[in-house]
Amino acid sequence: MIGIEVYKLFRRPRTWLTIALLDALPTVVAILLAATHLGPRPGTGPAFLSAVLSNGSLFAVAALAIVLPLFLPIAVAVIAGDAIAGEAQGGTLRYLLIRPVGRTRLLVAKLVASFAFVAVAVLVVAGTGFVVGRLLLGQQPLSAAVTSVSGSSLTPAQISWRVAISIGYVVLSMLSVAAIALFLSTLTDSPLTASLGALAVLVGSSVLLTLDAAHALQPYLPTRYWLSFIDLFRDPILWRNVERGVALQLVYVAVFLAAAWANFASKDVTT
Amino acid sequence: MITTAGLTKRFGSLRAVDQVDLDVRAGDIYGFLGANGSGKTTTVRMLLGLVLATSGSIEVLGQPMPKAAGSVLPRLGALVEGPGAYGHLSGRANLLLHDASGNRSARGDRAGRARRVDEVLDEVGLGGVGRRPVRAYSLGMRQRLGLAAALLREPELLILDEPTNGLDPQGIGEIRRLLLKLHAAGTTIFLSSHLLAEVEQLCTRVGVLDRGRLIVQAELAELQEPTGRVVLRSPDAAAIASEFAGRLISRSGDELVLTAADAAELNTDLVRRGFRISELMLQRQSLEQTVLDMTGPSADRVDRP
Repeated sequence: MIGIEVYKLFRRPRTWLTIALLDALPTVVAILLAATHLGPRPGTGPAFLSAVLSNGSLFAVAALAIVLPLFLPIAVAVIAGDAIAGEAQGGTLRYLLIRPVGRTRLLVAKLVASFAFVAVAVLVVAGTGFVVGRLLLGQQPLSAAVTSVSGSSLTPAQISWRVAISIGYVVLSMLSVAAIALFLSTLTDSPLTASLGALAVLVGSSVLLTLDAAHALQPYLPTRYWLSFIDLFRDPILWRNVERGVALQLVYVAVFLAAAWANFASKDVTT
Repeated sequence: MITTAGLTKRFGSLRAVDQVDLDVRAGDIYGFLGANGSGKTTTVRMLLGLVLATSGSIEVLGQPMPKAAGSVLPRLGALVEGPGAYGHLSGRANLLLHDASGNRSARGDRAGRARRVDEVLDEVGLGGVGRRPVRAYSLGMRQRLGLAAALLREPELLILDEPTNGLDPQGIGEIRRLLLKLHAAGTTIFLSSHLLAEVEQLCTRVGVLDRGRLIVQAELAELQEPTGRVVLRSPDAAAIASEFAGRLISRSGDELVLTAADAAELNTDLVRRGFRISELMLQRQSLEQTVLDMTGPSADRVDRP
């Protein structure tokens, strides 16, 4: 069943269109940077954009930082919000369940398919960022040292595994979005409502993060540690926020998956 | 095949299905009649484990539902409230996908399954539809595709909810012939419908649902018993009416309704007396009249209290 759900997801033209759109923004940014050489001053604007002017390889990470706050969560919420509600709206949910596909199995399959989408989307964005960066921006040899966010220089080997960890971290951050959207997808029969609901949670979280009065809540907000993967490029690595981020995302994933299962397993399917 | 006892479903304060005791036997074509909103679809959904009953028990193919869903559902085929398919895929791709989901152990080899898909497509008359996406299908074609999906596993029991919805008269006839063929081959059919004529032409047993309650469950023949009257047509209608005044129920033009225990005897009697008879027929209760007599107003009609 997992194979079938993944196959269904990646056979939809919409899935690939979403990934293509995700790639479009970093590509546009790279073209603009290459044409103008006007990077933001260090410390302002999206992370790494000042660094990529001299080293295009870093654009893989910069691309992730560009899509992470908004584009990527939208894409994930749309795909995961469609998981159950989309089948319900299309009238195919009842036929899947009487096939029969067990409700728990269907939910797990949908979950894995959504996670596969997250992984593919993040990897494609990072890969595109790397290629676009190499082609358009600073073409230092791959063996050259890179200046870390802290100012010291990092060897290519150090950079490679830090990039790998940050890709993993971004995937994990998006899994909590997928879990929230999947839960909402079992609540409603409208995929649009589920996706927008998940986005509302994220927007709400971002708003509270800017508010001093919400200080006590901030460590528990889902988006709080999203951009902490930048800490991986400090020297030495600042693990504190990354660790907290991982723990927080895992809690969100666990809670919302449990809620999705509890709701879906005993739900009357009337569509 | 299907047995329910005290089956009840409440949505809030509304009793959508109320104490229903269904009894569908092997070999039946069971017509499940009821007006729109009388609870037919909710009952069908409960039989299939989609909606969970508030109280009461369900047995399908001899096993309790929804507990034994895993072993019951692979043995039946169903069409519930219209077909469902992925619009961007072709009908064939939809069936292959439908076949591939679900219980792995129940599947044959790949070639055998593909052959079966082509077989059911031919059976429902979609064999030549090619790679057109379902999005571009007409309502009738979608209905046929839904039926094909239900037939995919050669089920022992077919549960069909309004199977002829959206079909034209030729299509309805075709589907009726298909169902009769399947029935002859040993498939039990549970057919839910609000079309009395459809049920009358097809079914052997009938259950009538009215506002959530099962008010009749009987052999179709029992519901169509003779009324003890004879309808006849004659150019001598006026003369017959005066001669048989004691047995006359009604007369309109050259059509008469007379009470008669035996139609043949009445016919001989009339002919002996020299009346010309152009038409003579035993009057039977129509299913429609029986159902209308027993049920209340349409359930989708809501009057002021």
